[in-house]
Amino acid sequence: MVQPTQKNWNYLRNYDVETLLELYGSMCSIRRFEERVSELFKNGKIPGFVHLYLGQEAIAVGVCSVLQKDDYITSTHRGHGHVIAKGGNMDRMMAELFGKQTGCCKGKGGSMHITDMSIGMLGANGIVAGGLPIALGAAYSASRLHRTDQVTVSFFGDGATAEGAFHETCNLAALWKLPIIFVCENNQFGVGTRVSDSSPFPDLIHRVDGYGIPAVSVDGNEVLAVREAAQKAVVNARQGRGPTFIECKTWRHHGHFEGEDPKYRKASEHQAWMARDPIEYFGRMLVESGVVSADLLAMIDAEALTSIDQAVRFAEESPYPQLAEALEDTFIVHGV
Amino acid sequence: MGYLGHVDAYSTKGMTGIAAIRETMRQELMRDPLLFLIGEEVGSYGGANGVSGDLWEQFGDTKVRNTPISETAILGCALGAAMTGCPAIAEIMFSDFLAVCLDQVFNQITKIRYMSGGQVEVPLVIRAPIGGYIGAAAQHSQCVESWFVHMPGIKVVVPSTPADAAGLLRAAIRDRNPVIYFEHKALYKMAGNVPTDPDYMIPIGKAAIVRQGRDVTVVANSLQLEFTLEAAERLAGKGIQVEVIDPRTLSPLDEETILDSVAKTHHLVVVHEAWVTGGYGGEIAAIVADKGFSSLHGPVKRVGAKQVPIPFSPPLENYVLPEVEDICQAVEECLAKGDKP
Repeated sequence: MVQPTQKNWNYLRNYDVETLLELYGSMCSIRRFEERVSELFKNGKIPGFVHLYLGQEAIAVGVCSVLQKDDYITSTHRGHGHVIAKGGNMDRMMAELFGKQTGCCKGKGGSMHITDMSIGMLGANGIVAGGLPIALGAAYSASRLHRTDQVTVSFFGDGATAEGAFHETCNLAALWKLPIIFVCENNQFGVGTRVSDSSPFPDLIHRVDGYGIPAVSVDGNEVLAVREAAQKAVVNARQGRGPTFIECKTWRHHGHFEGEDPKYRKASEHQAWMARDPIEYFGRMLVESGVVSADLLAMIDAEALTSIDQAVRFAEESPYPQLAEALEDTFIVHGV
Repeated sequence: MGYLGHVDAYSTKGMTGIAAIRETMRQELMRDPLLFLIGEEVGSYGGANGVSGDLWEQFGDTKVRNTPISETAILGCALGAAMTGCPAIAEIMFSDFLAVCLDQVFNQITKIRYMSGGQVEVPLVIRAPIGGYIGAAAQHSQCVESWFVHMPGIKVVVPSTPADAAGLLRAAIRDRNPVIYFEHKALYKMAGNVPTDPDYMIPIGKAAIVRQGRDVTVVANSLQLEFTLEAAERLAGKGIQVEVIDPRTLSPLDEETILDSVAKTHHLVVVHEAWVTGGYGGEIAAIVADKGFSSLHGPVKRVGAKQVPIPFSPPLENYVLPEVEDICQAVEECLAKGDKP
């Protein structure tokens, strides 16, 4: 198991305790939310396809911790973590996963299409790389037409970097110097295909070589490393210096979707990555450096669990939508 | 013969279809500070087909956003901007190229409002030229309206005259929903009177009765409307009175105007330049067969392109695409096979 080092401890001095605890708490919320979703899915409470964020918590939390509420994000089919990290309402997200009327999308989107405009979350996306061109537009609208300093973060996986939509977006973001942060969550597999079988380079930062976009590769399981990279990128974007590409190397704990057997990966590599669990690692660093007590962390985790219990209760007690609601929301109805 | 009713009530100015589209965009870009135009060659080049003209010189880069050849990014950028409060007009150089970026329409633009439970507005117009008869062959001549008629979540409008080009485009821009606007290449050079009123709009979802007649209803739009009006003149010489309806909007379709007309004429011919198979003409035929069955006194005939890609050689292209004579023949078959009332 990776040991917290003196270097990390020094690093912690740059942060106030409140921030560190917020990061820890947000990661715990995602972890407990996803564990519960896994269980509910197994028990048949949640229909459809579910792709969990377990193991990748440090990325969403590290990045979103440096964003303002009105900054935009686009997400992926594996998007629950992004919503929680951006400050989304877990009750309404859980209700959405249940297909209930009180869901944030009134039960019409489900896990793969969670959208929450109240936190600038422009949508999870069932199409790989589907959110990237949308991020381009959000960044264009904010920086050029509304003329605000809002930034847009596009989260996507390693698999998306093989898509044309990714490359068109990178090209234009760089050409127009748009305030976009490209956050590539490299969890080593696009469904069951290894990055080494889909990219000529093991480091995906080379995907943007041709666009002149500053690119950095970080340990996606270290929340502070992610946060630091994101902080620099956000400052550059806000100051009009254009996009940054951040590759976060990570590992998803479960298969591509719930119910899938991830037989395409080796037991040894899985074990090695599990020993670098982002929450356990960060927690040990906080405790062993003397910043906080283990008891306090346990309390934060217990609070996260309580709020998940509440979210499940809210979802279970909520009604399904009325059938007539299926015919609403395709268009805005208005007179022209 | 002009449209019945609407243009005559306005003071008008003579202009071509291309100018009508450009001037409408100019007025709307001036009216709404957040509206922008995005597409390939829309900037200093003046539009690949010349539509945007001098708009870039007037409005600059931000509101007239020239792009590299990146259709997916163009539509995605328009969508992201529309979702965040900036209405967009996205120009796709030829409607054939919509196939390159169809995901943005099929999975994103048309669905995001619904998938989000109505949280977002998508005020976005996609403009794309359609049509053949210009020797542009299989990848620059197609009429793809039917693809979008099939999709929920987007309105489909097709202007046939310069006045309609202006009125429908303005209605599309001011609609808070996605609209796809198909402009026939032949419309660009067509001259006509266009209302000068900067608020002139044709309601989306409303058809026009272009010519009145009692014997047969022909539904046609775009360049085929011109062909149909010529066919109607020829048929009048044979004593056949054709009623011509331009749907103007294909989705949502003005069913009522078509059904009312068929209730009067008892015969229906549907004409479009696109392939007959799977074309929206089949949808119109099905609607009339369903809701106006008792009105019909003859078979519903469809006129469209033969089921091959559009060939290059002019005689072959003219053979594959519908001609005036095809419309006349379909009308006569429709009447001959039916029991005349």
